[in-house]
Amino acid sequence: MEEARREINAINTVKVRDKVKAYFRNPVSFILFLLVMAAAILTFVVLMFLVGYILTKGIPHLTPSLFEFKYTTENVSLMPALINTIVMTIFSLLIAAPLGIFSAIFLVEYAKRGNKFVSLIRITAETLAGIPSIVYGLFGMLFFVTALHWGYSILAGAFTLAIMILPLIMRTTEEALKAVPDSFREGSFGLGAGKLRTVFVIVLPTAVPGILAGVILGIGRIVGETAALIYTAGTVADIPQNLMGSGRTLAVHMYALSSEGLYMNQAYATAVILLIIVVVINTLSGFIAKKIAAR
Amino acid sequence: MNTFKELFMKCVFLAAACTSVLAVALICIFLFANGIPAIKEIGIFDFILGRTWRPSNDVYGIFPMILGSIYVTAGAILLGVPIGLLTAVFMARFCPKLIYKPLKAATELLAGIPSIVYGFFGLVVLVPFVRENFDGNGSSIFTASVLLGIMILPTIIGVSESAIRTVPEQYYEGALALGATHERSIFWVVLPAAKSGVIAGVVLGIGRAIGETMAVMMVAGNQARMPAGLFKGVRTMTTNIVMEMGYAAGLHREALIATAVVLFVFILIINLSVSILNRRNLNGGS
Repeated sequence: MEEARREINAINTVKVRDKVKAYFRNPVSFILFLLVMAAAILTFVVLMFLVGYILTKGIPHLTPSLFEFKYTTENVSLMPALINTIVMTIFSLLIAAPLGIFSAIFLVEYAKRGNKFVSLIRITAETLAGIPSIVYGLFGMLFFVTALHWGYSILAGAFTLAIMILPLIMRTTEEALKAVPDSFREGSFGLGAGKLRTVFVIVLPTAVPGILAGVILGIGRIVGETAALIYTAGTVADIPQNLMGSGRTLAVHMYALSSEGLYMNQAYATAVILLIIVVVINTLSGFIAKKIAAR
Repeated sequence: MNTFKELFMKCVFLAAACTSVLAVALICIFLFANGIPAIKEIGIFDFILGRTWRPSNDVYGIFPMILGSIYVTAGAILLGVPIGLLTAVFMARFCPKLIYKPLKAATELLAGIPSIVYGFFGLVVLVPFVRENFDGNGSSIFTASVLLGIMILPTIIGVSESAIRTVPEQYYEGALALGATHERSIFWVVLPAAKSGVIAGVVLGIGRAIGETMAVMMVAGNQARMPAGLFKGVRTMTTNIVMEMGYAAGLHREALIATAVVLFVFILIINLSVSILNRRNLNGGS
């Protein structure tokens, strides 16, 4: 038994010398091998350089004064922008999450297969997913800011971003719902539960990790978005009194700082904060993915 | 009572499902209603093929911006696709198990970095580098292409890697059995089998590159004239909109919205080709 396994291992592992010999006989393969290695190394060196550069330039400038609650031209605090980002994220999710989850429930649990209307919804969701953020920004400006008279406001920004992340949440929720085994639904029906009860008590709780993963991806997009916000939520550097006030998120704050060119160090520091948020979001979604896989 | 509740909630779900249709309809209506009159007033050929953009003189030709978008995107594809594809091959077929996880996390980080951070990086690192080592002042088609090439890497890597992984293992084993090396089996057998998935990834990358706004704005120089060379400044359709929208009024404003209409049509064409490619994938043909 043990011997047989050792033999199989011996067959499967190629000795370095044999590998070199094979390359010697077949230079094309060797060149391809080098190309693949070079590309992979280049990709990761670029990433390391990018992240490393931002971190080394930015971390020394993460001074406590950057986290004061008042933005002034002497102290370009990023705290108001950070708070605006959180508010913006919460409101966009409050709009997009129920809509996205409910539409996914309709598509998976209620709609009949091959329905024309279902394919229309799919096509429009795909279209929404591909629209560039500046087009969302223009639409938000034309519709929420101008036509609905909301002005440059957190609310207009949140609605614009909600439409932007809607397809993302829809998509991931759909996948999560489809992954729930049909036996769960049958069991629930068998015990006499109605459709609605089955969906809310059996299917949705089972699909929560998948849905959460979509929501976290959505947060990532909201935090990083700039172009769609400049002409919807505006670029005012303070915390607005209410949702109808204008305010900038962190990404917009960073854009404003770097385009003015006066506060480059603070822009580096803001970039560090944005990177940290991205890493936290990625770790969270990785953690959730592991939880799904473990089941 | 219970059946009423069931029916009511079904209607709620249906209504929610309608929002994406409604959203697309609203976006189309508002963009086209505000953009088409301007295109009519300027004249569709003067607008799309006009070589001068001078809002102060009421001359609106977006041909330089269309060309700018195409050049910058082409440059990004030229740089991003080979590197991304080879990296995807590495991730799927060469990568030792031990380092796969950190590398995967790294590509996900690359995908998650906000475009404004990429733009800032381009502004403080790439632009000075190009200025010192090549012609011009650093803000150029070349700089924008390099930056966009980096930005589309995660899309290309992610989609290509999963396309390579879905190729049945027998293809690879069959090629090995016929005496091909590891590399030859992958590049002559596995990769062609994954072709349509890879192409779908490339098209998605094109979509990302054309739609990218902030990062390009910070490194491309943004001169609204015909692109004059690899190391000369350029303006894309997206940056045209975001730069001038703040102060535009009247026909100028409508011309900018019309630019978005043209961009939107570009994106629709790209989306359509992606969904056609994906459908072909699902049917199993190539």
